[in-house]
Amino acid sequence: MDALKQELKSKIIEVLNLEDVTVADINDDDALFGDGLGLDSIDALELIVLMDKNYGIKLTDPKEGKTIFQSIATMAAYIDANRTK
Amino acid sequence: MEGATQRFYLKKLNKLEGVYKIARQCTIENNSILLNGEKCFTVEGVSFSEFAKAAYKHFEMDYPKFFKMDNLSKLAFLVSEIILKDIVKSEEELDIALVFANRSSSLDTDVKYQASIADKTSYFPSPAVFVYTLPNICIGEISIRYQLKTENAFFVFDTFPAEFFKNYTESLLTTGKTEKVLCGWTEYFQETYKAVVYLVGEKGTIEHNKQNINTLYNN
Repeated sequence: MDALKQELKSKIIEVLNLEDVTVADINDDDALFGDGLGLDSIDALELIVLMDKNYGIKLTDPKEGKTIFQSIATMAAYIDANRTK
Repeated sequence: MEGATQRFYLKKLNKLEGVYKIARQCTIENNSILLNGEKCFTVEGVSFSEFAKAAYKHFEMDYPKFFKMDNLSKLAFLVSEIILKDIVKSEEELDIALVFANRSSSLDTDVKYQASIADKTSYFPSPAVFVYTLPNICIGEISIRYQLKTENAFFVFDTFPAEFFKNYTESLLTTGKTEKVLCGWTEYFQETYKAVVYLVGEKGTIEHNKQNINTLYNN
């Protein structure tokens, strides 16, 4: 699970162009939206694409996103339980 | 606008010679930035992205969303930031309209987006790329940055439209739609780029006329 969390942090930094943010700057339980990393609605859509492209997970219910994208820890747990690749 | 009406307004605008001035102007091309005709930043032998990042850091622009923008928006943002950053400190609410134009519209990003959806076996369209597939997004970025709630428009022309810029800008100013206009050309397509942007109002050092606007572009 730790390797998955590290991989996720790295992918998020790359995909969302988070300049001057490193893997070490993101704690597993930091909020991804709001006061945490400060991601926006377009970033949320990119995270949905990231889940599909890298882990074969298609999110169809927008309500799910709010829970899944709370933090790196919640994302990793969901991916671990639902990934198809 | 046709015939007599158009002639009436053009005649009215012609009477405005000398009323409006260009206060500041910035040009970005060939990895160099000129502010009011003076070179203030240059980096050689790098791509536009690297140049833009270096300029962002050099001018200490604290706006992380910059890195999420496409190249056209980065170009428009940089040129506007360099012109407006000193003005923002002295005015609480900016009454500045935005009138921009270019030749290639958002084609640079359109091509990138097309490439991302070309392979049906690996079909993952990027929302972050898609949102920049309109040229006027770049002036939206500037409006967000400076909280501008003013008139804005983006036009596509084959060549630099000095006369159009002059007439459109002066019509906004004379009808009281705005106090100042940030106006100019922001062209970007596949690493070839040029931005010439200037601020027009009642105060300034250069007379706002077609000849001077063309001079800004050609120098």
